[in-house]
Amino acid sequence: MSVLEVAGLRTHFFTRAGVVKAVDGVDFTLQRGEVMGLVGESGSGKTVTGFSILGLVDPPGRIVGGSIRYRGEELVGAPDERLRELRGNRIAMIFQDPMMTLNPVLRIDTQMVEAIQAHERVPKKAAWERARDGLGQVGIPSPEERLRAYPHQLSGGMRQRVTIAIAFLNAPELIIADEPTTALDVTIQAQIIYQAQKVCRERGAAMIWITHDLAVVAGLADRICVMYAGRIVEAGPTDDVIDRPLHPYTVGLLGSVPSANKRGQRLNQIPGMTPNMLALPKGCAFRERCARAGDACLAEPGITEPAAGRALRCFHPHGIEVPA
Amino acid sequence: MTVFIIRRLLQAALVVLLMSLIVFFGVNVIGDPIDMLINPEADQAEIERAIKALGLDRPIGEQYLFFLKGVATGDFGRSFIFGEPALKLILHHMPATVELALTALILAILIGIPLGLFAGLYPDHPVSRAIMAGSILGFSLPTFWVGLMMIILFAVVLGWLPATGRGDTAVFLGIKSSAFTRDGLSHLAMPALNLALLKISLVIRLTRAGAREAMHQDYIKFARAKGLRTRRVIGVHLLKNIMIPVVTVLGLEFGNLLAFSVVTESIFAWPGMGKLLIESLLQLDRPVVVAYLMIIVVVFVIINLAVDILYSILDPRVRLREQGT
Repeated sequence: MSVLEVAGLRTHFFTRAGVVKAVDGVDFTLQRGEVMGLVGESGSGKTVTGFSILGLVDPPGRIVGGSIRYRGEELVGAPDERLRELRGNRIAMIFQDPMMTLNPVLRIDTQMVEAIQAHERVPKKAAWERARDGLGQVGIPSPEERLRAYPHQLSGGMRQRVTIAIAFLNAPELIIADEPTTALDVTIQAQIIYQAQKVCRERGAAMIWITHDLAVVAGLADRICVMYAGRIVEAGPTDDVIDRPLHPYTVGLLGSVPSANKRGQRLNQIPGMTPNMLALPKGCAFRERCARAGDACLAEPGITEPAAGRALRCFHPHGIEVPA
Repeated sequence: MTVFIIRRLLQAALVVLLMSLIVFFGVNVIGDPIDMLINPEADQAEIERAIKALGLDRPIGEQYLFFLKGVATGDFGRSFIFGEPALKLILHHMPATVELALTALILAILIGIPLGLFAGLYPDHPVSRAIMAGSILGFSLPTFWVGLMMIILFAVVLGWLPATGRGDTAVFLGIKSSAFTRDGLSHLAMPALNLALLKISLVIRLTRAGAREAMHQDYIKFARAKGLRTRRVIGVHLLKNIMIPVVTVLGLEFGNLLAFSVVTESIFAWPGMGKLLIESLLQLDRPVVVAYLMIIVVVFVIINLAVDILYSILDPRVRLREQGT
C-alpha cells in the first residue's frame, strides 16, 4: 500500500484582497521509502502542500477540497487529536530556516524529549537517551553536551541537524523536508542532504523534498513533481524529467541551472515574473511567460500521460512541434 | 556576575547621593518649614529657639554636610513634625504599602496574563474585543476617579466592602499583614484592585502583542509539527517567550507601585508610605522627604537588579556582562 495518496488537493487562503488558490488541484502518490522532489518557484504552493498534509494550515487558509490519504486513512477533515497523533510521530516535517525553528528559550534536550513524550509514555531518562542517540545518528559530535545547550549556542548547520534528528525521533514513515538546505552554506548543504538521505534509507521512510533547486533533487529524488501556481505541471522519474523535460516551465527551470558544461554562456532565464496568485491568467497559468503558448492555452490543460509513469499539464510540450 | 552586582551597587550609591543633594536643596527652595511649624503667635525669641533646635540657623551647605554625616551612621534626621527619626517613621509605614503593591502586582499577573493570552490567541473573538476595550478604559480612566466610583459602588450602594483603612492584621511566618485576616482582606480588595487596574491593562496589552507576534514564529509551527498538545505549545513554547518583556516591564512597574501609590493610598486612607510622603511634602518635613526618596532609589536599584537576573534566567541568550550595565 502506498504511504501517501494526495488527490485533487485544493488549499485556498481567504484574504481581504481575494482568494489565493495556493494549492489548486495537486495529485501524487508516494510509495514506502520513496523520495519525491517537489520543485517550484517561491509561491508556487510547495510549502502549503506540505502543511496541508500535516493539517497545519492556519487561517485564513483552509483545505477546500480533495483528499489526503495516509495508509488509506483520510486526513482531510480528520479530528484534530488524530492529526496531532500523526504529526511528529508518523509524519514529520523539517523546516526551511534552522535559525527560526528551534525555540530560543528552551534547551535542546527539552525540545527533543517533549517530542518523544507527546506520543509515547516513556520515562524522561529513556527519552533523553533516545534523543542523545538521535543526535549521534545525524553526525553531531558529543551529543550529550549539545543536549544541554540552547539553540543560539549552535551553528546553523548544527541546528538543522538537530531538527532533522527531531523529525526522525519517532521513526516516522513520511518526512516532509521544506527546503532544509536553503538557509545553509553550500558545504553544509551537502552534509545535510547526505544525513537526511542516510537516515531515510536506514529507516525506510518516504520523503518529500521541497525545493526550488533542481540541482539538489536531481541527485536525491526518485521522482520529481514540478509545481507552478498551485498545480503540478509535470511529474515523472527524476532521470526522465531531467533528461527529457516536456513542460516549457521545466525546460526553463533546467535552463537556468548553472553547470560546468555551460561555462561562459549566458544562463537562460524564464521571462516574466512569478504570477500574481490573486489574479491568475485564465487557462494555463504559465501561458503569459511561455514561448510555445497558443490559442489552445486559453483553456485549462488537463493531465495527460505522455509516457509511462509521467504526467503533464500542457498542450504544447517540448519535443512535439507547435502546430501553426 | 559578582562583579556585575558590585558595579550596579556602586552606581546605585552615586545615584542615591545625587538624589539626596537635589531633594535636600529642592525642598529648601519650596519654602521655609518654620512658617509651617511655629505657632503664629510665638514671639521672636521662641522662633529663634525653634530654628536653632532644628539646626536651620546654619548655612544650607553645612546643614547638608551634617545630614550626610548622620546618614553614614544610619541617622536620616528627625522629622520636623513628629519628632521621630525619619527612617523609623518610613519603615513603620512601609509594610502597608508593600502589601498593597504586592497584591496589586499579583492581581495584574493573575488577571492580565490569561486575558491577554486569550485576546492574542483569538484576536477576532468578541470576548477578545471586549477585553481590549476594557484595557483601553483601564489605561485612560484616572485612578482617583475609578477609586471614588468603586467606593460609591461597593462601599456606599452595595455595602460589600469597607471604604477606608487597613483593617485587622495578623502575623503569619513573621510577616504582619492584613492579607491574613478576613477583615484585612476586605479592606485590601478595593485599593489593591484600584492600584492594579492600570497594570492589568498594561499586562493585557503586552501579553496580547507578544502572543500575536510569537504565534506566527516558526518555532511555534515546528512545536505543533512535532505533535505537541496545544496546552504545551501555548503554556511552554509561547508563554516562556512572552514572559520576557512582561517580566521586564512588571519589575519596573512594581517599583512605581511602591513609590507612587500616593493617589490610591490617599483615597482609601491607606496608612502607607505614599500617604506619609504627601503629608510630609505639604508640611515641608524635609528629613522625611529626603529619606523617603533615598529609600525609593535603593528600592528601584534592587528591583532593576532582580529584573536583570530574572531576565537572564528566562532568556538564555542574555548573559549578565561583567562590564557596563
